[in-house]
Amino acid sequence: MLHKLFTFHGGVRPDSRKSDSTQAPIAALPLPAELVVPLHQSIGGTPRPLVRVGDRVLKGERIGAAEGAVSAAVHAPTSGIVKAIEPRTMPHPSGLPASCVVIETDGEERWIEREPVPWKSMKGDELRDFLRDTGIVGLGGATFPSHIKLRPGAKPTHTLVLNGAECEPFITCDDLLMRERAGEIIRGAGIMAQMLAVERVLIGVEDNKPDAIAAMRAAAGDGIEVVAIPTLYPAGGEKQLLRVLTGVEVPAGRRPLDFGLQCFNVGTAYRVARAIDQAEPLISRVVTVAGNVDRPGNFEVLIGTPIDALLAAGRPRPDTDRVLMGGPMMGFALPSTAAPVVKATNCVLAGSPSLLPPPPPEMACIRCGTCAAHCPADLQPFELYWFGRSHNFGKAQEYHLFDCIECGCCSYVCPSHIPLVDYFRFTKGEIWAREREKAAADLARERFEARNERQEREKREKAERLAAKAEATRKKLATTEPTGEAAAASPAEEAKKALIAAALERAKQQKSSVKPRNTDNLPADKQAEIDQIEARRAGAEGRTVEPPETP
Amino acid sequence: MIEALLVMAGIALALGAVLGFAAVRFKVQGDPLVDKIDAILPQTQCGQCGFPGCRPYANAIADGEADINQCPPGGDEGVRKLADLLGREYKPLNEEHGVEKPKAVAMIDEQTCIGCTLCIQACPVDAIVGAAKQMHTVVEAECTGCELCVAPCPVDCITMEPLPETVQSWKWKYPTIPIGKAA
Repeated sequence: MLHKLFTFHGGVRPDSRKSDSTQAPIAALPLPAELVVPLHQSIGGTPRPLVRVGDRVLKGERIGAAEGAVSAAVHAPTSGIVKAIEPRTMPHPSGLPASCVVIETDGEERWIEREPVPWKSMKGDELRDFLRDTGIVGLGGATFPSHIKLRPGAKPTHTLVLNGAECEPFITCDDLLMRERAGEIIRGAGIMAQMLAVERVLIGVEDNKPDAIAAMRAAAGDGIEVVAIPTLYPAGGEKQLLRVLTGVEVPAGRRPLDFGLQCFNVGTAYRVARAIDQAEPLISRVVTVAGNVDRPGNFEVLIGTPIDALLAAGRPRPDTDRVLMGGPMMGFALPSTAAPVVKATNCVLAGSPSLLPPPPPEMACIRCGTCAAHCPADLQPFELYWFGRSHNFGKAQEYHLFDCIECGCCSYVCPSHIPLVDYFRFTKGEIWAREREKAAADLARERFEARNERQEREKREKAERLAAKAEATRKKLATTEPTGEAAAASPAEEAKKALIAAALERAKQQKSSVKPRNTDNLPADKQAEIDQIEARRAGAEGRTVEPPETP
Repeated sequence: MIEALLVMAGIALALGAVLGFAAVRFKVQGDPLVDKIDAILPQTQCGQCGFPGCRPYANAIADGEADINQCPPGGDEGVRKLADLLGREYKPLNEEHGVEKPKAVAMIDEQTCIGCTLCIQACPVDAIVGAAKQMHTVVEAECTGCELCVAPCPVDCITMEPLPETVQSWKWKYPTIPIGKAA
């Protein structure tokens, strides 16, 4: 069947280097002694841990519950004992630690109780909550929680696109998945198609994967079309793939859903099918090990497996000087290979000085415009570069920096070897940091103003309360003691006088009611002392008393 | 002659009426300049500038009573932004008001806190929770790091902890060429 294809702007054709890792089928990895499962593995809120240190967990047990509107659960990849919940190094360019659940595996692989989900009779929200709680996230790299993307938009969605392009060099995990598990991918696609109530499903696969295309075509049923698309990096970018398959160009700041389109990775479709049919949460994924290794291939890896252990299975050569997570175009060097495999890990690439040589020194930008000619997002990378260099962040945003998908085409073609993407990442980071600061400042301003208002209000209320009380006392006195003589004075003065008189009276009574105690049988000298004091007091008060009697 | 005068007077009256209406209809509430200055200030409400909060300082700048370099939390960048906005000359931060510090949050030592509520009253953004004779705690997400709670504490149990860098707050560094490589 012929399908009309479109093209996107720019793109590059790097050496794909995929054949090395496609020789062997997907292999399993021996169970490591310890799995380190980071809690934060998807875009959005960090899941809340559900287990405590010392707890026994079963394979597939939920250990972190989704927190907030955008979040997905995490699960125990195998059975064992929770050894610790502590910060461990993350597979992140920073190499910083984040909260992880460390599980000591027991080798028994005991599953939680599972039964297929009656998804056809479930309501949409129920099914989406189920997918959230099975931890299904986009496996193309962005790890966006899939249940959110499976909510139909305001406008009807007409086309579901599965992304099997896998355009980045070296990476073959989706290729092998399509070759070996096409049936389940198609099944997942069918489930997602029903959830979104789409008319057709398009599966885009680059034409350098004929085996995968054949396997997928053999498995595809009615309404599902497997389309071979020309091999051109980055055809696997979401907007680029949608453009190639449907001709729709999703503009800046809009989502495909606004145009009746939705796009998922083939790996995500596979996990959806596993979740629905086998109630299997996302506890493993296929990862490519390639580059400077003796046995490149694809492995079914439990989430939390140390990258060291995975890399060892590929037998890295001795001259390996760095390890990348992701491919050579978009991946980043791992500061530590002790970090675990996470849901976003699609490839572990060993580099050596000869295989991935460090780029030649950066030279000055000559404004040749080659980068703009190859940018698949129709941006002007050289302009963004200048704005980033001069810290002119507002201008960079005006030139749509945030439409940059960091594909690396510009850096790849730059004749001056400028690491343009590094500048864009820096600029984006600075802008995000400023936005976070601004949000914090706005919150502080709001709270400060609320506090000031509250203090004002409290002051006002107190003054009102006191005024009301004084008024009440005044009224009471006015009604109880209406004397003729004070009638001439103003009522306020009269009330005040009455108050003073009443207080004096009370004081006098109190004083007179106090009787000296223990005054019987006093020795003479004590009695004399007391009498002296009484005399002094009387003198001070201005009255005369009889002089102390002397015995 | 008289017609011309009448016509001109009529036009003047009509335009005056339009202007008068516009002045009432499109009256700008508050001082927009103060809002713009306030938006640049970091809202720590720390009072290091000598004014009781960021908005009073913004008012003082707008009235010409305060200089633009009195806000240490806003830092050098804040001074530059204010200079840009107001068309004034940039000047370095006035050290009399303090120096720029990395962002920190207040931490209450739970063992030492006696529950006196003095810090709660001092906090300009209500970021401390607690009650009399109960332990207090700082809501980290809402603390601006103004240090106003540190001085009133009678048992010195509040310390300022710099915020550690996390995976979420980490930023890509500015690309640099190692000197060895460039040579």
